[in-house]
Amino acid sequence: MLRTRQAFDEQLEQLQQRLLQFGTFVEAMVDKAIRALTYQDLNLAREVIAEDDTADHMDVEIEQMCMHLIAQQQPMGSDLRVIGSTMKVIADVERIADYAVDIARIAIALADTEYFKPLVDIPRMAELVRHMLRRGLEALIKRDMDMTREIIEMDDEVDALWRKLRAQLEDIMQERPLVVPQAVYLLLVARYLERIGDHVENIAERVAYVETGQLTNLAPTHRTDYQPESFNGAPGRAIQHDEGKPSGGW
Amino acid sequence: MSALPSAVGRTLTQTGEDGSQSAGQSVAEEAFLPTCEEVPCAPNILRPEGEIKLEARSLNMYYGSFQALRNVSMAIPERRITALIGPSGCGKSSFLRCFNRMNDMIDGFRLEGDVLLEGNDIYRRDLDLAYLRKRVGMVFQAPNPFPMSIYDNIAYGPRLHGRPDRSELDQIVEQSLRQAALWDEVKDKLRQSALGLSGGQQQRLCIARVLAVQPEVLLMDEPASALDPTATFHIEELMLQLMEHYTIVIVTHNMYQASRVSQYTGFFLMGELVEFGHTEQIFETPRDKRTDDYIRGRFG
Ligand SMILES: Nc1ncnc2c1ncn2[C@@H]1O[C@H](COP(=O)(O)OP(=O)(O)O)[C@@H](O)[C@H]1O
Ligand SMILES: [Mg+2]
Repeated sequence: MLRTRQAFDEQLEQLQQRLLQFGTFVEAMVDKAIRALTYQDLNLAREVIAEDDTADHMDVEIEQMCMHLIAQQQPMGSDLRVIGSTMKVIADVERIADYAVDIARIAIALADTEYFKPLVDIPRMAELVRHMLRRGLEALIKRDMDMTREIIEMDDEVDALWRKLRAQLEDIMQERPLVVPQAVYLLLVARYLERIGDHVENIAERVAYVETGQLTNLAPTHRTDYQPESFNGAPGRAIQHDEGKPSGGW
Repeated sequence: MSALPSAVGRTLTQTGEDGSQSAGQSVAEEAFLPTCEEVPCAPNILRPEGEIKLEARSLNMYYGSFQALRNVSMAIPERRITALIGPSGCGKSSFLRCFNRMNDMIDGFRLEGDVLLEGNDIYRRDLDLAYLRKRVGMVFQAPNPFPMSIYDNIAYGPRLHGRPDRSELDQIVEQSLRQAALWDEVKDKLRQSALGLSGGQQQRLCIARVLAVQPEVLLMDEPASALDPTATFHIEELMLQLMEHYTIVIVTHNMYQASRVSQYTGFFLMGELVEFGHTEQIFETPRDKRTDDYIRGRFG
């Protein structure tokens, strides 16, 4: 009995370490994809696309670890919640890897295009979501609900950047029809990063579930979806511009 | 501990025999003191919705100077399966036996608090114990068929409680065996000794024997722990079928069994009811750390 308990504890520990590795790997994919975009580095972009197989593989492997643990140990209580949540969380991490690949594809598409402004806000967003991902998984493994609050705050910042970028890109698309193709791509990248933030928020919600059994929507009010009406370019639209700051970059 | 099942078993065989004298069993004065808190206020003790069949209110139970139950309050819903879990010696059986006064004749037994069957105090002085045990039947860990034919085992209770004629008896025997999912296996050998049945069959026979007197509540004290997996599976299936007509309370130290068959689960620890709630909640998101530790196999 004691021996199997101990083995189970070790397996749970391994599972969480594997999840952390998966997260670290995918975080690096996001980093590379953004650098590929920023520095128009084709090789780096291709590397990210190739890494998708590894990410998928890790996803499947962790899922199988979960299934084995469920079958062998029939976990109950908080053990069950840890394993069940891990299965949910790897789906979020895997989606993030897919977004990294999408961004890498855009990097390839834009590799020969001259940017009309240096990329500033997009790398900033990427840095934030990577940090969120790292902290989210750390919070999950440490079951630290205080850390999830930090993640919510970072996501607010990500959302604000997304809104700012979107408004700026809309303006530019109206003023300079020739840059519309690259502006659309960059808008997509910003959108992907914003979505990554939402996936990390899902991960953060799991922390409270594992710890308390309560499943709560951490940030029901700041879902930032497209608001199609704001694309009409009406002068009085609700999107906040950063008034003081000139549109320096994204 | 090991002395318990046999002591309990002996009590069952006396159920009918001592029916008339058992009303006179002495219970300590304290058992009659009404304690009138309305509802348990502990945050981790759920009061189930719907009709409440049995209720324990602020039970303190003693064997001499040893306190076996500590301020236990639990409301047990009608036509549901309620499981009692916890490490051995935590008081599950003691608690279960309060519901048909199976503890009464134990030396030094003393009870404070109320036990209610449909709102009526079952420890009141004028209660007819035979009538209580007809309404609240009990199935034990080790199958304990009487050394007589299958038919006579089932007919035993009805014969004690009334004067059924032959065809009535035949009907009761068949119906009880059918309800206990045993009829098809024994219908051609009703006159053979019950002792020739397999362990799992014997246990279903014991269930049929209890059903024959048409009880409302079935108390089951580890009814499958002496059975192999297949027989256990049959008993669990049977319990789920019986739930349609009976209120079932089962003591089990197999948590997986509790999670498979019950809708409500109570976790006991050292005489205390630590947590009581929906079975899914207890096994997926227990509120008390001690419950979590226990169901994760971290102690006990
Ligand atoms: N007849 C008895 N006399 C004295 N102590 C008893 C008797 N029956 C049970 N106990 C004690 O009461 C405690 C609870 O026992 P029990 O209700 O059988 O626990 P469980 O069913 O959870 O294993 C144990 O410590 C046990 O030793
Ligand atoms: Mg017991």
